[in-house]
Amino acid sequence: MTDSRPVLTMTGISKSFPGVRALHDVNFRLFPGEVHALMGENGAGKSTLIKVLTGVYDTDQGAITLDGEPVSFTGPMQATAAGVSTVFQEVNLCTNLSVAENIFIGREPRLLGAVRWGEVRRRARALLARLDLDLDVSAPLGSYSLAIQQMVAIARAIDIKARVLILDEPTSSLDAGEVAQLFRIMRQLRDEGIAILFVTHFLDQVYEIADRITVLRNGGLVGEYLTTELPQLSLVEKMIGKELDVLEGIEEHSRRDLAALEEGTPLVAVSNFGRSGAVEPFSLTIHAGEVVGLAGLLGSGRTEVARLLFGADRTDGGQVAIDGTASSLRTPAQAIDHGVGFCSENRRAEGIVADLSVRENMILAMQAARGWLRPIPRRRQDELVDKYVKALNIRPADPEVPVRNLSGGNQQKVLLARWLITEPRLLILDEPTRGIDIGAKTEIQKLVTQLSDGGMAVLFISAELEEVLRLSHKVAVMRDRQMVAQLANDESLDADRIMQTIASGSHREEADR
Amino acid sequence: MTTGTLTAGRTRFRLPRKQIPVLATLALLLVMYAIGVSQYTAFSNVQVIFNVFIDNGFLLVVAVGMTFVILTGGIDLSVGSVVAMTAMVSAALLQDGMPAALVLVIALLIGPTLGLLMGCVIHFFEIQPFIVTLAGMFFARGMCTFISGASIPITDGFWTSMSQERIGNPRGNFVSISVLIAFVVVVIAAYTLAYTRLGRNVYAIGGNPQSALLMGLPVGRTRIAVYTISGLCSAIGGILLSFYTLSGAPLIGVGMELDVIAAVVIGGTVLTGGAGYVFGTVLGVLVLGVIQTLITFDGSLNSWWTKIVIGGLLFAFILLQRLIGIRYK
Repeated sequence: MTDSRPVLTMTGISKSFPGVRALHDVNFRLFPGEVHALMGENGAGKSTLIKVLTGVYDTDQGAITLDGEPVSFTGPMQATAAGVSTVFQEVNLCTNLSVAENIFIGREPRLLGAVRWGEVRRRARALLARLDLDLDVSAPLGSYSLAIQQMVAIARAIDIKARVLILDEPTSSLDAGEVAQLFRIMRQLRDEGIAILFVTHFLDQVYEIADRITVLRNGGLVGEYLTTELPQLSLVEKMIGKELDVLEGIEEHSRRDLAALEEGTPLVAVSNFGRSGAVEPFSLTIHAGEVVGLAGLLGSGRTEVARLLFGADRTDGGQVAIDGTASSLRTPAQAIDHGVGFCSENRRAEGIVADLSVRENMILAMQAARGWLRPIPRRRQDELVDKYVKALNIRPADPEVPVRNLSGGNQQKVLLARWLITEPRLLILDEPTRGIDIGAKTEIQKLVTQLSDGGMAVLFISAELEEVLRLSHKVAVMRDRQMVAQLANDESLDADRIMQTIASGSHREEADR
Repeated sequence: MTTGTLTAGRTRFRLPRKQIPVLATLALLLVMYAIGVSQYTAFSNVQVIFNVFIDNGFLLVVAVGMTFVILTGGIDLSVGSVVAMTAMVSAALLQDGMPAALVLVIALLIGPTLGLLMGCVIHFFEIQPFIVTLAGMFFARGMCTFISGASIPITDGFWTSMSQERIGNPRGNFVSISVLIAFVVVVIAAYTLAYTRLGRNVYAIGGNPQSALLMGLPVGRTRIAVYTISGLCSAIGGILLSFYTLSGAPLIGVGMELDVIAAVVIGGTVLTGGAGYVFGTVLGVLVLGVIQTLITFDGSLNSWWTKIVIGGLLFAFILLQRLIGIRYK
């Protein structure tokens, strides 16, 4: 298949946004009849590349050809008409309409302006039969599972004579059986000569389905590889961008004594927590004063673990014991009552209230914990806020400025302060250092160490292995939505071993049992 | 992987789910009618049903327009005021001696124009329909009193003949012209929703506007269209009301928008959009009408009981919709 001419080429693509260079001189090619995986960590430029390709963004530089002809799409609709269809991560169909209508709406066969429903259903059945799907085309789409909906979206996409099919993380909300169904259809379409661009975070899936892999990192092209010639470990290296031997040289910080900490009753012990479609059941214990690192690639289920522990999502089953007593963490309010605090990864959407002042943002959680009928006296507020503005070195040191005017790092500190004020016993930090400058990063790392020395338990989630290693007593490794291992952070543990665990899941068996 | 496993993901009771609210309304209507027939002998006269249509023809037309709006997930609070304004304008122009045909044309243009304007504001400025149509409601109501502070009688020959014309059978049962007009509106609306791209786009937008946009559907155009349609229906409703009352009164139809919304929701259209039928709306209007008739027949009950019953029903129906809708999430 490599001998044929590429159906699609992108050469020298560059794209900048104000202050960010999203893509820099990226080349990409796609051959008919192949599944080509586009890999990279978040922020590597995968979505930008797809958006440039489908005309959502203009290119600053570079050229795109389709069948050898230069093209420049003005938007997804035009791209679709030219044969480049995209199926997004979220199913973008209307669940209230029938399966058939979802495939054909906007281009229904009509007679004198009236939709010919019989013809719509007949064509829908024919199209689905081609995908080997046996559905009731007049049933509402919402009565089918997400996986089927995803496949209906593909049916809609390929009906427009698609030659290039872009699947942007189609598997992120499917379970294993559903993924298998999807892959069967992908293989079939590939065999029909359609070129498929496949974006996913799941390494196993890449090796199962992809013929070729292109890796992006920080907006640049790392390389294009045949799947058979790129071992899984090398792929992880290329995505993260560090050779393993370099990582091995990282200076080892003081390892804390895990055994001593784990003697007492665990502060929080969950067993068989899980949520179908989000994270496989896992068990985890966290002791007072312990920092548990949660490592894994993005999309591996780290945030999902945090959300379950905070009660933001409800677990499907399992038990939780707090201070050795059976308890439950079903809602955030319950979790807060038990002294759990959660700094979410998505601070803009889920944490910071941009229009409120630094002071108002900081006292939010404490006020919520006290109940709204017992306002915190203003003097007490000022004391607390002053203390944390100083302790965390928040700039500007004016508690009355709206948080929107602060830099990302300072916003993160305000969010941290919000939870610290409530004096939580377990603090969950989801990517607290992402997207902030190195100075603020160090301060936050230092703070985590201080807090745990003071007896607070911390669940520390980060994509940066060095950081996890530096801070944690114990590292839980996530991979493809499973907690595949829990490794004590002793002399034998280094980034290399974590990375191998991420890449191969070699500890899956012991972790699962 | 066999095709057999692919169908396994189906839910069990899909068949009537979309129709459950409409069927519930139909059942309710039949029960109410049965109660009426069993309690009052005069109730079994077919003319009772015809009278419900005669008294509520204008409401039905307005409710049909509202159905379009609610199906997209929007709301139109201006309908009652637009009905009143249309009747007022007609009465005032006829009083000035303008020919009936010209008055009809003008009166039928006012509502859709206002609807078009509101639709444009809602779409282009991305403002909540609630607040935009609330503004439209105040504007139209203000225009009514601006035209005249007092009721204006209509003596025009065409209007009076439309008002008094009875279409009936030899046994003496009859309906008014308004009822026929209302039925024509209902049939056109039902066809539009079921068989035209405009209608299907209305459902798609109500289901998921974001998806509709990504599927390349003309979301903006459709959204503006539904408010224009609602305006047109209100205008027709206003004309029918002026046939019925032979006057234009500045304070007529106050709160009618809420009756209309109630009728549409009781008729099974989901307030969040995407599901419902014009036929359901017909049933919803009938339910309202039959409740009124029952209370009139009883004689001892205060007319406010209508409101109390409607309130209870509305509550029951939104709960029903919620219970069915929960499965969609």
